[in-house]
Formats: sequence, structure tokens, C-alpha cells
Amino acid sequence: MSWPALLGAVELGLLFSLVGIGVYLSFRVLDFPDLTVDGSLPLGAAVSAAMIVAGHDPVTATVAAVGAGAVAGLVTALLNIRFQILHLLASILTMIALYSINLRIMGRPNVALLMEPTVFDPVAGLYGLPDMVVKPLFLAVVVGVVATLVVAFLTSEIGLAMRATGANPRMARAQGVDTRRTTYAGMALSNALVALAGSLFAQLNGFADVTIGVGTIVVGLAAVIVGEALIPSPRVVFAVIGCIAGSVVYRLAIAAALNADSLGLTSADLNLVTAVLVALALVFGNRRAALRNWLRRRRGLAAGPGGRR
Amino acid sequence: MIEARDLVKYFNPGTPMEARALAGLDLALEAGEFVTVIGSNGAGKSTLLNVLTGDHRLDRGQIWIDGLDVTNWRAARRARLVARVFQDPMAGTCERLTIEENLALAESRGRRRGLGRAIDRSRREHFRERLAHLGLGLENRLADRMGLLSGGQRQAVSLLMATLRPCKILLLDEHTAALDPATAQLVMDLTEKIVEEQRLTTLMVTHSMRQALDHGGRTLMLHEGRIVFDVADDKRAGLDVPDLLGLFRRARGETLDDDTLLLT
Repeated sequence: MSWPALLGAVELGLLFSLVGIGVYLSFRVLDFPDLTVDGSLPLGAAVSAAMIVAGHDPVTATVAAVGAGAVAGLVTALLNIRFQILHLLASILTMIALYSINLRIMGRPNVALLMEPTVFDPVAGLYGLPDMVVKPLFLAVVVGVVATLVVAFLTSEIGLAMRATGANPRMARAQGVDTRRTTYAGMALSNALVALAGSLFAQLNGFADVTIGVGTIVVGLAAVIVGEALIPSPRVVFAVIGCIAGSVVYRLAIAAALNADSLGLTSADLNLVTAVLVALALVFGNRRAALRNWLRRRRGLAAGPGGRR
Repeated sequence: MIEARDLVKYFNPGTPMEARALAGLDLALEAGEFVTVIGSNGAGKSTLLNVLTGDHRLDRGQIWIDGLDVTNWRAARRARLVARVFQDPMAGTCERLTIEENLALAESRGRRRGLGRAIDRSRREHFRERLAHLGLGLENRLADRMGLLSGGQRQAVSLLMATLRPCKILLLDEHTAALDPATAQLVMDLTEKIVEEQRLTTLMVTHSMRQALDHGGRTLMLHEGRIVFDVADDKRAGLDVPDLLGLFRRARGETLDDDTLLLT
């Protein structure tokens, strides 16, 4: 693999690790399978692109994108909590609605940002390094700050209440946790992070497109699952680091697969490769538990009549 | 002090499956009382606990705890007054969280949760002390995941979590029923110890008549959503399991007035 391809993969991996952390918050922490992210990623891109084109400051545009993502998460949570719609369906409804909303925000399916200012401008040419090095470095700093804040949040009193909400909602309520409130907060935070990724994606690649959200959820899940395979630990700090590592490793694996001429894969196969990878990781994860149980049973039998069946 | 008046709860109202779980139940507990509750399946024991915690909403009636009308309070809000131990050891604790995280969750019950660290050194020290008090050696396993503990250990931690912060009433929902006899005894001894030390107002639902008579100072029998039998002090001291069983049969088999039962 060439250096540009490698750095490009790391860059994308870091960018999408924000999606991974967002999906970790909904899927793992809240136990809320949330497909809103397929809409909130392009939402983040659309809001920031439209605002930058309209002459707003890129930082303001990015903050607005994050806010818009949070609102998208709140809408899904509202549909689920207030109106009792199944979480998966609630999130699909928001996702579908966002497709139209994103088109409205941009006014057209695609907005170019090539000659516009972005949040990456201040670091351009830093220490005379080329863009393809500076951008991943900048992203690494952003991701590092976000990850630190997320870990600090999840180990706080409110964060602990949020984790209990996903793990055992009845017990959480018995301990005085308003599980509705923690779900709203978690969904807002999750989608805010995904919208941040969308906003940075648009500014990094110089365009926002209404279709960039397709499969975001799978990419995010891939980061979470690969991360869990790389760093199996129940501790929040390792789970979040796992999301980042998982996302980067996943992108490198994809890049390697696409670069290997012998495989004959093209970028058109990307979604298929991702789906197969995630499916394999899920199957492997399930099998691992089954394998462990089987081994335990075997050992129990081997221990003789006194052994536990 | 707890007062409940005319509690009525229907399940599946207006359908062929309609069931009346509570049928105008009245209940008053004095502060510091330890009351045991017995009754057959479907008598309304669990429903009574669930309407006291706010997990179920009442169809009629009112509940006061410590002078506050909590009838319309949701479970999370009532948690600062009401503590509870579930029957299922898995239900009362979070297996994905560590022991100290579970305790930290309980430590914030009835307080405003903030963005400060859930576990700091002083809290950890406090948890270690309280765990040591259980005498199960759990004080050295603070960072272990709850899922690694046995059912009895988890139930002991549940009990500790319920009583970590002051409460106006402690509700025990057949909390030893899922345990083996030795472990059940251990958890029951711990319960007695904690209830006595903290002088907690306690309502314990149990399936075991022996347990109902051996613990606390007052016993209630529920049948078809009403209290059919309420005995305390001297009168209760003279009762044995066969007596209770007789009363139980009569309550089930015959339609007697509350008064008739009480006079026997």
C-alpha cells in the first residue's frame, strides 16, 4: 500500500471513529439500536456545508451541525419514549425524514466546498508538513479530545446512570434514575458525535452529498465490534479506545483489500465487504460464547460425578 | 409512616383478560415496623409492592409516604423514599457494571446526579467499609463485574444498595426465594441486621409461612387483592405455621368478612 493510501485510510478511520463512539453510546451503552445515524451524518455535512457557503465561520458551522445532530437524536428518542414506537422503527422514521430535510438544507443533492474556508485551514502547512499528514494529525487531536470527554462523562454520576439505563432499566429506576432523561441525553450525544463526523467529512473532502449517510450504522458497528475484538474489556475507557482502534484497523483492512489486485475488488464492493466483515464479527462473537460454554460443560463432565453439569 | 387507601389496580382493563389485582386495599405502617406479607399466587402481593414503588400506576386510591402524597410520582422520583430488593438476584444489580459502580449508582439515589466522578477515593473507602460489614469478603472485589458474583452474593449487594441511603420504607420482594436454603438464611440474617441497625420500616413479601412468622412484628395475608388477615404482637406470637395455614385455607375457600377472620 502506498503512503497516501495508508494515510488516507488512517484519516477516514479517525473520522469515522467519531461515528463508532456515537454508535457505542446508542447500541452498547443505551442498548438502543439507532439507525438515525444514517441521516445524522449527512445532516452534519449538510448543515455545515450550507452555512459555510452562506458565509458563516467554519467553527460556527461545525457547532451548528453538532447541535442539529443532537436534535435528530432527540426526535428519535421522543418517538420511542413519548409515543412508544419501537426503537428501531423510530430511528428509521427519523432517518427517512432527514433525507428530505438534508435536501432542503442544501437546496440540492450536492454542495461543493472546494474554495470555501474550513476548520482545517488554520493547521494547513503546519511545520511544513504536507496536508495528507497534517489532516490525520488534526483529526487525531479532535478524536482524542472527544474520546477523553466521553470517557469522563460515562464515568460521572450522570454517565453511570446512563449506563445503568441500558444495562438494567428497572433497577436504574429503582435507584432513582429517570431513564427517560438519560435516554434522551444519550441519543442526543450519540447523534451529535455522528453529525460532527459528517461535518468534518464534508470539510475534509470538499463536498456534502445527501447520499453519504448510506451504511453509516454498519460502519459505526464495525468500529465498535472490531474494537471489542481488539480490546476485550468491560471498562468504558477501553471500549472507547477500542472504537477508535477498531475504526482505523477496519479502514486499513478495507484499503488493503481494495489495494490487493489479486482479490479483484473495487470501491463499488465496499459495502458488501463491510457487511460481510460485520456479519463475520457478529457470528464469531456469538460462537465464542457458545464455544466457551461448550468447553465449560466438557470440563464439568470430565470432573466426574462431583462435577457441575 | 406509610399510608395507602383504597388501592385498586386492574390489569388489561376492558378486555376479556381483565384481572383485578388490588381490590380496594387499605394499609397503614408505623415508622420502624417490620411487616411480613403472605398470600397465594395472584393474591396481589407483587402488585402491592409495584404500586408502592411506582412501577405500576394505580387505577384508584392514594398513597402517602412520610406525609407526602406520592400517588402520582413515578418510580424514579419515589426512589428517594422507597428502597427495594427484587426477587431475582439478576434484577436488582447491573451485571455489566462493577460492584463499586453498582454501589455508586445506589449512593446517588435521592440526590442530584452531576458530572463529577461517580467513584472517588472516599466513596471507594466507604463502599469497602460497607461491604466488609456484609462479611462475605466482597470488600476486596470492588472492581469485579457484578456478573461474576453468585446469586446470594448479588442479593446481599442488592440489599446493601437498597439500604446505602436513608429511605422511608424498604420493600423486600421474596428476596430469598431464588436462593438455596443456606444462602437464603445468610441473606435473611443480613436483612435482620441491617433493618435493626437502621430501624427501617420494612415490608417483606414471602412465600414461606415460617419466614413470615419468624421475622418482623406483624403479618398480613393478602387474598384477591385485599388484606384478609392482619395480626401483630402477642396474638401473632401465639401463632404457628399450621394455624397460619388454616387461616390461609379459610381465606381461599370461604368468603368471610375481614372481621370474622380477625376474630378467630
